[in-house]
Amino acid sequence: MASWWQRLKGGLQRSSQALTQNVSAIFTKRKLDDEALEELEDALIQADLGVDMAQKVAARLKKDRFGKDVGDVEVKEALAGYIAETLAPVAEPLVPEAGAKPYVVLVAGVNGTGKTTTIGKLAAAWAGEGRRVGIAACDTFRAAAVEQLEIWADRAGARFFKAATGADAAGLAYDALASAKREGLDVLLIDTAGRLHNKSALMDELRKIDRVLAKQDQAAPHASLLVLDATTGQNAHRQVELFREAIDVTGLVVTKLDGSARGGVVVALADAFGLPVHAVGVGEGIEDLRPFEAEGFARALLDLEPA
Amino acid sequence: MFENLSNRLNEVFDRLKRRGALAEGDVDAAMRDVRVALLEADVALPVVKDFVKTIKERAVGQEVIKSVTPGQMVVKIVHDGLKELLGGEAVDLAKATNPPLVILMAGLQGSGKTTTTGKLAKRFQDKERKKVLVASLDTRRPAAQQQLEVLAGQVGCASLPIVEGQDALAITDRAMKTARGEGYDVVILDTAGRLSIDEELMAEVAAVKDKAQPQESLLVADAMTGQDAVKTAEAFDQRLDVTGIVLTRMDGDARGGAALSMRHVTGKPIKLVGTGEKSDALEPFHPERVASRILGMGDVVSLVEKAQENVDEEEAEKLARKMQKGSFSLDDYKKQIQQIKKMGGMKGLMGMMPGVKKIQKQMNEANMDERILVRQAAIIDSMTPKERRNIKLLGASMMKRMKKMGKRGMPPGGQIPPELMPR
Repeated sequence: MASWWQRLKGGLQRSSQALTQNVSAIFTKRKLDDEALEELEDALIQADLGVDMAQKVAARLKKDRFGKDVGDVEVKEALAGYIAETLAPVAEPLVPEAGAKPYVVLVAGVNGTGKTTTIGKLAAAWAGEGRRVGIAACDTFRAAAVEQLEIWADRAGARFFKAATGADAAGLAYDALASAKREGLDVLLIDTAGRLHNKSALMDELRKIDRVLAKQDQAAPHASLLVLDATTGQNAHRQVELFREAIDVTGLVVTKLDGSARGGVVVALADAFGLPVHAVGVGEGIEDLRPFEAEGFARALLDLEPA
Repeated sequence: MFENLSNRLNEVFDRLKRRGALAEGDVDAAMRDVRVALLEADVALPVVKDFVKTIKERAVGQEVIKSVTPGQMVVKIVHDGLKELLGGEAVDLAKATNPPLVILMAGLQGSGKTTTTGKLAKRFQDKERKKVLVASLDTRRPAAQQQLEVLAGQVGCASLPIVEGQDALAITDRAMKTARGEGYDVVILDTAGRLSIDEELMAEVAAVKDKAQPQESLLVADAMTGQDAVKTAEAFDQRLDVTGIVLTRMDGDARGGAALSMRHVTGKPIKLVGTGEKSDALEPFHPERVASRILGMGDVVSLVEKAQENVDEEEAEKLARKMQKGSFSLDDYKKQIQQIKKMGGMKGLMGMMPGVKKIQKQMNEANMDERILVRQAAIIDSMTPKERRNIKLLGASMMKRMKKMGKRGMPPGGQIPPELMPR
């Protein structure tokens, strides 16, 4: 656990600094009054928790400690505790079921969130565990998306299914699943083109991919992941809502947590939707995908040492 | 999401009976709502604070014009303030008067640099008849260079041949030599996506800038960016002294508060916005529209554009005639459902209409489920043409067919919804 924390903290360190500095500046040791609470709420808003979630967290602190003299670390500990409580129920690693052959994972999200990179990392991790992994390049729209994914597939040592640019994505998904079954693969990862959630025609296309998979195997896709960019603000809520309307999203992956964005949106999403957060992306390397762990995440976010 | 700000502010002021100048206490109450609205729209907190302070000073003591409510008055002050902050009018890109015009594209991973590079190339080529060269300096992301090469092929401009193993600076050198030697009017350098806190890569892009001496250094940023917009914009501006910002994915449904944040902290104009996946979906920035959008005040212009994009006029007239004659069939009804869906569904449409937010609240309370439309379309699909014309023919075989269509086709409780049943 400690090593997991260290690796995550490495990625999160700089991003958590600003939040931590804000909180530290407020509470060196003073009375927790309304003004202090408001400043605290502001710090949480700046971490992208959103107004509602920041108010909720601040309200809990008020209930527990109002009027008391509180110190910096104490406040951080309390905050990390609340945040970890919200996150604990959603911290669920994605483990492919051994029974499903293959275990089909559909990966969706808006443009540029990091779907392809995430698939490369997932494939490498699962191949490393001795599973036979296949990848279907169903982003037949974006220029060179197939080539990009093929390089990742090579690195991970995964079987690669592709079609020409402009080919029917659902058709490829269908064929890839048939081949994966025939070849007895353990996992099949399906990359899809990035799409804005408010474009109904593109969302219909995603529904179609989802549907044709179920035609061959009623349980497929076994997991449908939505990849979210940690730099995204409150629009993340709309993304989750609308992707869920199109496909049965079973979990989230949050990327780019190694940047200056603080990923506070994860807390608000956990509170609002309760969808499992399977993993976080903390770099461009093939090993830079970490399981999401509630307490570690909350503590690292506040720059606290592991419990 | 935050409901329409103007409604909220009207509510605040509805409670006050007296008229005349706006009093400080009333304005304070209104500013709390303004603050939340801006934060919900992803405007960064320090920017919100500055803005609210300025607006408050402006609003207090203002005489309320007879024909408007105090709430409307404050909304106008806020709206004008936003417009002003976003930059009064559109600022164009530098002109290629002394060729080559060099443009450097920079930004975070996944912000849309390469796609925007392709769109820019097309714009210079088609609208200004310029000879354009694009070069990818992205040696990190797999197949990034190929991506730009393919895009260049699609828009019909030249792309610098890919040489394996060259670093960003070497590619810059080669691009500049090629541009000068072969008489290009415009050269666009597409850099790798990088984090603003990645010291090494930020130094690299600064070195590229030194070498290329671009007239335009554009920061490409995603319209969905949250509070981080401030830090990203500051960091890139510090290293590159950017000349403008390109805001991508404005065709999404994010309020776009990042526009305000970035403009405010850098003082640099937003020059262009990306509005779609097609290679010509690059438009000038309209401060007015974005101000309305941030406030959630509805965007009639976008609504009209969306309708033009999706509604087939002839088809609409045909349907109208049918309705008048009373021969509107279930087939026709389904066409209507599809059109609504194409335009973003009932909720999407209503959100764009000013003033409708008030009704939407009631609609939400009435539990209107948009999936009903999807379900109805599926049910109509599962009917035979005969049944669609004469719904009284519906019987047991219809139920069997619906079951075959699976969960989407099957109405809740296995019943045909009463609104589709024969009367």
